[in-house]
Amino acid sequence: MKERYDVLIIGSGPGGAIAARTAANAGLSVCIVEKRPAVGTPVRCAEGIGMDALAEFIEPDPAWISAEMAGAEIIAPDGTSMRLSSQMAGSKVGYILERKLFDRELVKQAVAAGADVFMKTRAAAPILEDGYVCGAKLEHNGTVADVRAAVTIAADGVESKFSRWCGIDTTVPLREIMSSAQYLMTNINIEPNITVFYLGNTVAPEGYLWVFPKGDRMANVGIGISGRKSGDGHRAIDYLDTFVKAHFPEGKIIESIVAGVSVCRPLESTVADGLIIVGDAARVVDPLTGGGIYNAMFTGKLAAETAVKCLKSGDVSKKALMEYDQAWRASKMGKTIERNYKVKEYLIRQPDEKLNSLIRSVKEIDLAEMSTFNLIRELVRRNPRILLDFGAIKEFLA
Amino acid sequence: MLKVHRNICGYCGCCVSVCPEGALELMDAYLEVSSACTGCGICTRACPLGALEVQDEGKV
Repeated sequence: MKERYDVLIIGSGPGGAIAARTAANAGLSVCIVEKRPAVGTPVRCAEGIGMDALAEFIEPDPAWISAEMAGAEIIAPDGTSMRLSSQMAGSKVGYILERKLFDRELVKQAVAAGADVFMKTRAAAPILEDGYVCGAKLEHNGTVADVRAAVTIAADGVESKFSRWCGIDTTVPLREIMSSAQYLMTNINIEPNITVFYLGNTVAPEGYLWVFPKGDRMANVGIGISGRKSGDGHRAIDYLDTFVKAHFPEGKIIESIVAGVSVCRPLESTVADGLIIVGDAARVVDPLTGGGIYNAMFTGKLAAETAVKCLKSGDVSKKALMEYDQAWRASKMGKTIERNYKVKEYLIRQPDEKLNSLIRSVKEIDLAEMSTFNLIRELVRRNPRILLDFGAIKEFLA
Repeated sequence: MLKVHRNICGYCGCCVSVCPEGALELMDAYLEVSSACTGCGICTRACPLGALEVQDEGKV
């Protein structure tokens, strides 16, 4: 480990790894530190990503793709099912990844581009000078070393401690944390190419339950519920166990996963002097779907590109780095977060009867392109009255 | 004060993200509680597994 890098990245998930790959490819000296002993594990993810979204960052490889998805099914509280598929028969719309191997591949690519990486190395505190973040104090095997950097990228996930130490409030409101649990199950009967979402206040209050196929008779069966709906006897794990007992009594659990997923609005500012915040740490998870892989990679790449520019001009002030903040907010991703936040706020207030009638209104749709945007537009087309309820998102649907 | 039931904790960091005091930190698989903890109990609600409990001083 050197004493000084152009860019120091805290966290080796997809956000950190893409930031590292991008910065290293541009010729910067880059260091990734990861406090856990291995990349990609323990998994805190349902592992789904859209096909086009993935292709923006990496060529798909069966080595880390568990299954290819052709469509989705949404199950209403009363059991009514809505099936979504793409108009093009046989076309694939997304993947369920093997995150352990996917994350490893991204880090491998960052290293191939020239980045350093250190495992079991924890950023214990930022180095702060004149209000600038100038790197971090790193703990490794009982030793502490100062590593300085012109730009530090906080990619430390849902915990988002590093930015907090730099004076940025990253606290997620209790009602906007998805308290989540997931089993990787085998020996279950599922449709191998369809993701299934269960809605309803009895199944998953203010959240949803998912079945994401991982291959032959295998799936991620998981749930996220709002923190405010969680408590003794009615936690994510309790809802999950109830569902699994009813739906997959013969299934066997081969991995037990827990997680917190933020569905709040992004941080008010995702930069500070010498600091850029990306991915879950910046709270840029899609508030409707809970999906965060793409958004982490997107912000990671943008963060690195901004760092490259600012290093060249010799200005890494908050004002200069603000270009990153403005760019992601103005992007399709930023706009989708804002729209989906409003849709999420609408949906969590609906009683089961309303969810039933919404889903009944669209039992089967062939979407030209399968996306949450097209689904929402179709729901609104068939239920124009809901525009009265959430007029605020009208502009996005025009 | 906050009791961490380590036989239940899945060290996912859900609690860390909701703590308004920044009192929680994951050291890999070990959840540390700092003296900044006020015993507000928000984390005990958010935990997917029920690994956290606010206890009276005398009971700990």
